[in-house]
Amino acid sequence: MDRVKDLASAKAAVIFTKSSCCMCHSIKSLFYELGASPAIHELDREVSGREMEWALRGLGCNPSVPAVFIGGRFIGSAKDVISYHVDGSLKQMLIDARAIWF
Amino acid sequence: MVAYDSSDRSKDKTDQKTLRRLAQNREAARKSRLRKKAYVQQLESSRLKLTQLEQELQRARQQGIFISSSGDQAHSAGGNGAMTFDVEYARWLEEQNRQINELRSAVTAHAGDGELRIIVDGIMAHYDEIFRLKSNAAKNDVFHLLSGMWKTPAERCFMWLGGFRPSELLKLLVNQLEPLTEQQLTGIGNLQQSSQQAEDALSQGMEALQQSLAETLCSGSLGSSGSSGNVANYMGQMAMAMGKLGTLDGFIRQADNLRQQTLQQMNRLLTTRQSARALLAIHDYFSRLRALSSLWLARPRE
Repeated sequence: MDRVKDLASAKAAVIFTKSSCCMCHSIKSLFYELGASPAIHELDREVSGREMEWALRGLGCNPSVPAVFIGGRFIGSAKDVISYHVDGSLKQMLIDARAIWF
Repeated sequence: MVAYDSSDRSKDKTDQKTLRRLAQNREAARKSRLRKKAYVQQLESSRLKLTQLEQELQRARQQGIFISSSGDQAHSAGGNGAMTFDVEYARWLEEQNRQINELRSAVTAHAGDGELRIIVDGIMAHYDEIFRLKSNAAKNDVFHLLSGMWKTPAERCFMWLGGFRPSELLKLLVNQLEPLTEQQLTGIGNLQQSSQQAEDALSQGMEALQQSLAETLCSGSLGSSGSSGNVANYMGQMAMAMGKLGTLDGFIRQADNLRQQTLQQMNRLLTTRQSARALLAIHDYFSRLRALSSLWLARPRE
């Protein structure tokens, strides 16, 4: 959990993924399209990947990846990101966290 | 001269009995063959009839006609799950037609905002219902949903990830919703852009999945030492491919999530009266696509 928290606070936009997860690819694409440069952490490439996945599930992230953090705050998984994007709040969150400028 | 005694006579009788028995056996065998031939011919013609009926049923279903099915669920492509969803979808369409007619009457009769709001909310809730049904169906048979066989041909042609493309729908509506305030125009414009971006993102994920699947199925089938290596390889590949296929329903679910969110956001941005017009316009568009499919299927061919 600490590792998750540390990594999540290290950058304005942080996404936890797995290298084989194609939905993660979608969410990453969306962030790049918006001009954000999120930090990507692949759980299957992390030493404590299993504990981190467990911690993410504990936060309520289901499925565990992709897990999105903006400004250190847990936003949700793919479903949440899409919902926030449609109602315009995703962009605002990214602007507030200074991940993007407009 | 050969002595003709009782034992000879009984041997004669035995021979005659045997001959008669053999003849009767031959006759019975012949009759049995004829019966079997008749039975097989009957089966063949029944099979042909069954195939014809299945084709007619398929054609009728494609035309959007609700066919109630009793028994024989194993025969539909995809089995039980697909049939259940098709039935649920047909029922959903019927209910939607009813609600839309109610809305149309209310609009024509210049009903007040309060009454319109109730009907509009009902239709929005009904849309939630189809997304819920699709989500359940995706767990059972994602390929059936993706195939679009539950829609008419023309609808199927414009399908994206198991349903309509939200950004396209908004483009259709914008002209019909005037006059819109500045704020509304901005809102709708943003919504169009957001749904387009989300669509692109999901499409890219799907492409990545297809590529990943292709790579899994193509990799290292040659070069293993011995047949046991090949079998283990093959099974490993298949297991991995199965895992990837399992993520397909996640994409349909997010595509439906996008559709649902887009409709809800549109409803938020518009006045009650505008929402009513939007919902009528959406329904009319899909109705016409379905009618087009029927016309197309019934067109005269050489």
